[in-house]
Formats: sequence, C-alpha cells, structure tokens
Amino acid sequence: MDILLLLLLPIAGAAITAIMGSSPKAKYAALASSLISLAYAICLVARFQPEAGTQFLVNQPWLTSIGINFKAGIDGISLLLVLLTNGLLPLIVLAGFKQHQSGAFYGLMLFMQAGLLTVFTALDAFLFYVGWEAALIPIYFICALWGGENRIKVNLKFFVYTIFGSLFMLLAIIYLHLQTPGKTYDIQDFYALNLDATTQGWIFWAFFLAFAIKMPVFPFHTWQPDTYTEAPTAGTMLLSGIMLKMGIYGVIRWLIPVAPLGFSQWGQTALILSIIGVVYAAVIAFTQKDVKRLVAYSSISHVGLISAGIFVWNVQGLQGAMIQMLNHGINVVGMFFVLDIIIRRVGTREIASMGGIAKSAPQLAITFLIILLGTVALPLTNGFIGEFLLLMGIYQYNLWLAVVAGLTIIFGAVYMLRMYQQVMLGEANKATEKFADLDFTEKGVLYIICALVILIGVYPQPILNISEPAVSQLIEVVNAKLLAR
Amino acid sequence: MINLVYLVPVFPLIGFLINGLGRNVWSKTLVSWIGSLAILLSFGLSLGIFFELQAATQKSFLVPIFDWISVGSLHIPFSFLVDPLSAIMLLIVTGIGFLIHVYSSGYMHEDAGFAKFFAYLNLFIFFMLLLVLGSNYVVMFIGWEGVGLCSYLLIGFWFTNGNYASAAKKAFVINRIGDLGFLLGVFLIYSTFGSVEFAQVFPQAALMAPGNATLALITILLFIGATGKSAQLPLFTWLPDAMAGPTPVSALIHAATMVTAGIYMITRSNILFTLAPFTTEIIAVVGLATAIVAALIALTQNDIKKVLAYSTVSQLGYMFLGLGVGAYTGAFFHVITHAFFKALLFLGAGSVIHAMHHEQDMRSMGGLRQKLPITFLTMLTGTIAISGLPPFSGFFSKDEILAHAYEHSPILWAIGVAGAMLTAFYMFRMLFLTFFGTFRGTKDQEKHLHESPASMTIPLVVLAILSIVGGFIGVPEVLGGHHWLAQFLSPVLAYTNAVAGETIPLDHATEYLLMCISVGAALISIAVAYVIYISRKAVPAADTEERSFLSNLSYHKFYIDELYSAIITRPLDIISQFFFKVVDKLGIDGLVNGIGTSAKEASKTLRLIQTGNVGFYIFMMVLGIVALLIYGFYHI
Repeated sequence: MDILLLLLLPIAGAAITAIMGSSPKAKYAALASSLISLAYAICLVARFQPEAGTQFLVNQPWLTSIGINFKAGIDGISLLLVLLTNGLLPLIVLAGFKQHQSGAFYGLMLFMQAGLLTVFTALDAFLFYVGWEAALIPIYFICALWGGENRIKVNLKFFVYTIFGSLFMLLAIIYLHLQTPGKTYDIQDFYALNLDATTQGWIFWAFFLAFAIKMPVFPFHTWQPDTYTEAPTAGTMLLSGIMLKMGIYGVIRWLIPVAPLGFSQWGQTALILSIIGVVYAAVIAFTQKDVKRLVAYSSISHVGLISAGIFVWNVQGLQGAMIQMLNHGINVVGMFFVLDIIIRRVGTREIASMGGIAKSAPQLAITFLIILLGTVALPLTNGFIGEFLLLMGIYQYNLWLAVVAGLTIIFGAVYMLRMYQQVMLGEANKATEKFADLDFTEKGVLYIICALVILIGVYPQPILNISEPAVSQLIEVVNAKLLAR
Repeated sequence: MINLVYLVPVFPLIGFLINGLGRNVWSKTLVSWIGSLAILLSFGLSLGIFFELQAATQKSFLVPIFDWISVGSLHIPFSFLVDPLSAIMLLIVTGIGFLIHVYSSGYMHEDAGFAKFFAYLNLFIFFMLLLVLGSNYVVMFIGWEGVGLCSYLLIGFWFTNGNYASAAKKAFVINRIGDLGFLLGVFLIYSTFGSVEFAQVFPQAALMAPGNATLALITILLFIGATGKSAQLPLFTWLPDAMAGPTPVSALIHAATMVTAGIYMITRSNILFTLAPFTTEIIAVVGLATAIVAALIALTQNDIKKVLAYSTVSQLGYMFLGLGVGAYTGAFFHVITHAFFKALLFLGAGSVIHAMHHEQDMRSMGGLRQKLPITFLTMLTGTIAISGLPPFSGFFSKDEILAHAYEHSPILWAIGVAGAMLTAFYMFRMLFLTFFGTFRGTKDQEKHLHESPASMTIPLVVLAILSIVGGFIGVPEVLGGHHWLAQFLSPVLAYTNAVAGETIPLDHATEYLLMCISVGAALISIAVAYVIYISRKAVPAADTEERSFLSNLSYHKFYIDELYSAIITRPLDIISQFFFKVVDKLGIDGLVNGIGTSAKEASKTLRLIQTGNVGFYIFMMVLGIVALLIYGFYHI
C-alpha cells in the first residue's frame, strides 16, 4: 500500500491544482502537495532496510486476462530516484513561484511526478511502460503551452524522437511477454528468460534506443539542446533533473539484467558511444552563445559519463552512477534556475550581452559559483563523489577510456568558467549594471541547493549505503548469468 | 596534542565562515583580527604538534576523522597523517600564512573587498592544511584542488578587470590538466595496491623491483599533476599571469605554499619515485629546463612581480631537479628556505607597489632605498639569500641540490650553476633598478613615497631574519653541521634510504670546490649587474623600442602563450564550431530531419494512390490475394 500512496499523493495534488484553474493559490497547493510527497518519501527512507532487497512490495491483479499485474516495489536503486523525484519537485515549484502559473501547469507537473514515480518503482513491464508514457504527455504539454518562440516545431521533434524510441521498447516488451512461460510482464519472469544471444542482441537495441534517446546518449541527442532551450524553465528542470534519469534507470533495471547476453555483445559499443558523447558535447559547449544551450550540451556530457559508468558494470561505476544521478539532478536544477534568474533580468539568453553581474549581485555570484563547482566536480562538492567513482569504474574497465572520459575534468572547467566569466565577471554593461540580487524565494531555493551540493560532497556515505546492497546484488545476478554461458 | 591535529584546519575554516558570512557586518579591524587569530591558533597548535613529534619515539601518527567514501572494496577514510614531513609543512603554512595575514591587514586596508579577501585567505589555508595532512591520496587531492579554487578566487579578486578574470580562469584550467594526471595516478595506485592510504601503499611499493613499469606509469601521472600545480614545463604559463592577484596572495599562494605542493607530494611518495628511475630522469631534466627557461625570461622583465614570478618558476625547477636526482631532503630544504625568502621578496615588492600607488613597472622606480629603508634592507636580504651567498639560507639548500646533481651528472650541475648565475643577475638587476639610481616615476608618485606601516614591515623583518638563519637547519657535515633537517626527515625517507643504500658522499675537497664555483659565479653575476645598472645607470628600454632577436624571445616569454593559443585553444574552438554546425546540425540532425521529411514525402506520394476509383481498389485487392496465395503455397 505504501507505493500506492506514493503514487496517489501527486495524482491527488494534480487533481486539486487542476481544479483551481487560474487561482493564484494554485502554486501554494502545488507546493504543499510536493512537500507532502517529499515528507512521505523521507518516511520511506527512514523505514527502508538497505540489506533487505525489494521492499514495500505491492502486487495486485490488474488486467489479469492479459497477464498484467500492478506490481511495484522499492529497493535501494529505486529509493534514490524516488527521493530525487520528490526532493526536486518542491524546488522546481518554488523556482517558478514568481511566474504565477495556472493550476493546469502545476497539475501537469504533479501528474508527471506520478508517472516518474511509477517508472522508478514498477516491477511489471507493462506498468513500467505506462509510467514511461504517462510522464511524457504532461511534459509535452508543459513545453508546448508555456515554451519559447519555436516551441511547436521543437516540441514535435522531441515528441516524435521519444515516441520512436518507446515504440521499439514496447515491441521488445511484448516479445518478451510472449516468451515468458506464464505469459506475464513480471520483471522476475523477464530476468528468468533464457533467450539466445542473437535475440538478446535485438532486445538490447530495442531497449537501448528508447533509453539512449531519453538520456540522451550520442548520437541520439539532437532533440535535447533545442528542447532544453525552448522549454519553460520548470520544463527544462523536469526534463534534465528527473526525466532523463528514467533512461539511466531503465538501463540498470531492465536493459542489462533482461538482456545480459545482448549487453555482453553490445555493451562496449554503448560504452564507447557514451564516452564519445562526454567529449563531443563538452567541446560543443565551448563556443555556445546561448547560456541555456551551453548548459544543455554540458548536460549531455555529464550524462554520457553516468551512462559510461553503468556500461562498465562494476560496483564503483554503478554506485557512481547512482549518486551522480542525484547530484546531476540537484546541480542541473540549480544551474537552470540561476540562468532563469539571469535571463529574466537581462532579457536575453545571449552570453555576449551579459557580464559584470557579480558586482551588483554578490549573493547570486556565490550561489552560482558553488553550483558550478559542484558541476565541475571540485572535491568536497557532490559532483566530485560521483565523477570520482564513475571515472574509477571506467578506469578499472580500461585505462584509455578513462583518460578520454577524464577529459571532462578539464573541459568542464573550460566551458563552465568561460561562461561564468562572461556572465558574471568583467565590467557591467547597460543591461547588467542595475542587476537586482536574489530575492527571498530565490535565496531559499539556491541556499538549499548549495547546502545539498556541499553536504553530499562532505558526507556521501549515507546515500551510498542506500544503494550499495541493491547494486552489488544486481551485478551478481547479471554476472552469474554471463558466467553460466 | 597530536590527536587534536584536526583543529589545525578547523580554525581557518571557522575564520572563513565568520568572515565570509559577516563580511558586510564586521569592521575591518575585527575582520583582520578574526582572520589572523584563526591562523595564529593553528600555528600555535602546529608548534605544539611539532615539539611533541620531535620528542616522541614514534614518528608517524594516523588520526582518523570519519569514513568518507566507501564503495565495494574501495575505502577512503577522511584521516590525517602527522609525521615529520607534514609537521614541518604545517609550520610553514600556518607560520608564513600568519605573517601574510598580518601584512594583508595593512596592504589591503583601502580595498572594498577586505573581508572577502580575508575569508578567501582563510579558506586557502584550510585547503592547504588538508593537502599536507591527508593520510591518503584522495584527501590530499581535496586540498590539491581546493587550493586551486582559492587561487582562482584570489587571482580574480579584482574580477571587474577582464584580464584578471582571464588569468584566474587560465590558472584553474591549466591546473586541471595536471589534476587529471594526478587523478589517473590515484586510480592506478588503487588498482595496483588495493588502497590509496599512504600507510598501505608505500610498504607494498617498497617490495617492488626498481624500474617496474607500473610504478613508472604511476609516477609519471603523479608528476604530470605536479607540473600543473608547481608550474613546470610545459604547464608553467599560468603562474606569471597569476600575478594579477593582490601581492600578499602572490607571496602566500604563488610562492611560499601552494606551488610547492608538487614537491611535497613527490617527497611524500618518495619510495614510488626512487623505484622509477625512468621518471626521475624526466623530472630532473624537466626541472632543470624549467629553471633555465624561466630564468632567461626573468632577465628582461620590467614588471617587478613578473620578475619574481619567473624566479619562482625557476626556483621550483631547482627543487624538481633535486627530486629528480634523489635529493629529497635537499629539495624539501629548498621548499623551506624558498618559502622564507620568496615570501619576503614578494611582500617587499608589495611594499614598493604600495608606496608607488600600484605602479609595478621598474622603469618608473629607482632610488627608493632612502624613502623605504626597511623595505630596502629586507629585500636586500632576500636577494642575497636567493642568489645563494653564504651564510644566507638559499646557499645551503641550493648547494645541497647542486651537489647531488653533480653526483648524478656533472652536466646537470654545470647547467644548474649557469642558472644560478642568471638568478643572481636578474635578482640584483631588480634590486638595483628599484632601489638605486634616481627616481624615474611621476612627481605625484614621488611626493607620496612612504615607508609602509608596521603591520607590513614587521612581517618583512621576521621573514628577513628567517631568510638569514633559515639555512642553519640543514648545515652539511662538510661545513661542520649535523644537518638537523635530514635527520628529522629520515623516517619519511626510510624506504628510499633502505632501497638506495648509503650513497658514497663526495669527498670534502670536491664539495668545497663546487661551493666555491657556485658562489664565485653568483658574485660575478652580481658584479656584472652592478656595472650595468649602477655604474652605467642603464634603464630597460621602452616597449616601443626595437629589441634584438634574443631579447625579444626573452621579453615575450619565448612566445609560449602564443604557441599554446595557436596549437590548442584556437583549434579547439574551431573544432567546437565544426562539431556544432557541421556534425550536429547538418550531420546528425540533418539525418534525423531527413527521415522525418522523407516520411512526409512518402506519405504525400502514397496518398495519391487513394484515387477513389473502385476498380483500382479491386485490382489492388486481387494483387494482394495473389500475393498471399503465393506466400501460402511456399510456406505450408
């Protein structure tokens, strides 16, 4: 029942805010709903036993005639993502507090939250797919209705791209369903299948395409910079902070354990694509003129590293990926919020029109810098823990791949500090000389984010402890299957 | 007291927080008291630790703080190591740090960012202390990158100036190149030894054979890290630009402490390097080459801070030469003496700049010794010390490095002595141009010339005394000393000494001869500088005048910055645009859009089939049935 409650809370919130329409109180309702969800997630964390495997299991018959059950549960891997989703939502709501969005906007946001939570807890492939698509629809409308000038064209591309990927995944899920002895969608039945290597290769690609587009991994990324740039800030935060983790989570939970032989054939290809993306996107970020696009490309680079950490399939890489999903969510939301503040006040996304903001807005300068340091993985910030473990995992797989992936340490500093210099330092111009510093809500959001950046960097062990047993167990399961062949 | 060692970095951290959070609240006096007191407390504690360690029979104490990262078999505790090496570094960092805090309270007094400055300085000390105290490579790396951050913040302290902000960015990015090497080295250490703790790694390494390939790779990667932080070829170009920061920063971070982190790290890892002769050969050559190149550039610089910056690069080169020839004690000895005299020289230069109202060009100075007598006398001390004249401190440490270089190869020694000649020349050139002759600045500047306040001159005097007597901690036997430093550090170098065995020391006659030659060479240089800049009253040419080819090379720093820009920065930007516009937009996105467009076109064409003609539909149906029949015929 715990999981049902977890999913129903945001749906109830969505219903309430949607009914409120254009009432100015809608945002308070949304905030309250997201805070209740967060409190509930914290309760789950408190009750969670890391060593005990999947917990809070719910297994209700749903569409039994075609083998579909409402089966969901939470293990350490799921829990971190539940925590990420419910932790970021209040911040994303608060970040848009000044814009007085209508109830529909918040309703979509909260509905999306329910979809995301379904993805992160589902243990039935059909339920997983339902959540996967349920999360897409609200974000489509958020971007299409509240986005920038080119939103329609950009959004269509985003939608077609992701649906394209999802279709292959759906085909794979149906195929796997037909192979199970009891004709179910249960993840354990999928794990137990003993398909031949060629079939698993196909399954691998069908899933990988869906997940790679979502993250996105090079070369399936070209929807992302446009969409991040055109989406309203809350949409960009939802997409980059939480939604892309669906793809990463999918690789860990479904792709590799369901098709281990596919992974053993094609995992290295996926790994190399991921690492190409790390360098490629970072290099592109060097010369971007639009701040949002710059951060969009930097996100491709960072996500490539997380993805690479998974495909090396060792405990450091996976644990690095787990904690880095959390960190990336926190940092990217902070980064896009800072950019939103700046863009609204300066009235442009052009880097060249900015500069000298630090002088009149020291609070913004400091919080921006702390988030930036987290992004470039300075030790004692959250990003370092993630990148250190990821690079160490990659290193244990292959020295040279680690050298190439490690370039992110240098390149990240280059484009981030270039941006910081051009936006914040130097002499102020007409547009920036009267820049107002952070107001109360902005401070609230950014202080929380900065505190998390440092706190996780200094004391990451509680988070690592949550996911480690689940991660080690998953690695054992897959490795046993690989050895059996 | 050793188990209280965690308080040593905690005091500066608290100072940082108080001054950082209350930067708009506290008065300047309170800020400087808080900032300085934090470091003084750390210094007092460091002294206590030092004496306790000296008295103790055990020479290495592990002080765990908490479990930091633990994943699978990887365990990285947050813990500190107190041994002779870290104990001395604690004294240098907090001792010189304290003097520079006091100095800053005078030097920065007019600056609007006074409290911010003190907060950053405290933060720097905090990270520097983590660097020297860490009991494993990863905690060391926290400090290693943390000091880089503070360096970035302080170089760009006056960030409204675009050039300063660029210098800060350059320092951070170039350091990051080195840091990647360091990080990869740490990964290799972990995969080789199963741990990153010094206490686990070194005993295992000591059992390995000299020339082991893994050790060679580890040490090369670590050395790459050191070239970034300690400004060696090819990564030294950030340090001269770092002079954009306020002068106390140049003294503390870019001369006395942070830039010596590379030497500290290699001394700490000495057993790894001793067993990697291939790497140490490279280190000796790189160090010596850096020493010479930087000295050649320093010959023609006119900015007083730039002269000192290149001299720092050059002296760091000597330290690496020492490490390369196995003179760990000598190199570390030079770290200590250099910290004294180079901090002194920078602070002296700061005092001059302060008096000259932010003028740094020596062509506008001259004859300052009457107006700034304390600054002059203390800088004279520092100049003699760096030039290697006995009994000043620089003589002993430089001589020890050169003597070991001679044992290794007389050629290294000869080039080293040539470099020392250059050093003596450009340092006395600086001294003569600044303090002798007649004043060349504006009337307005001349009217306001004044000696600095006591808060600035007292640190100068203390450092001057240390520059004179600092060498006595390492007087070699040939001069009747016991070399206290070598004895104190011997537990740190135990594995190396066990592996290398007792080297046959040079006979006394040779040692005397080597000393006489290097001292004589320095004296000749000083004489030459005297003739040029005092007897002939030469003043360096204005920037508009034509220069000879060699002078141009030196003045324009061998065009290394231009070279890097041409072969690295600009090509990367071009590649960036190529990836963005061609590969991403035209290539991948073109393909994706192409699929979309062709689907649209195809559907347009296919739509035409729907003609509404029933006969055509029936015809198509028949075709379909025939096709199905054929399919069934073959498959059933």
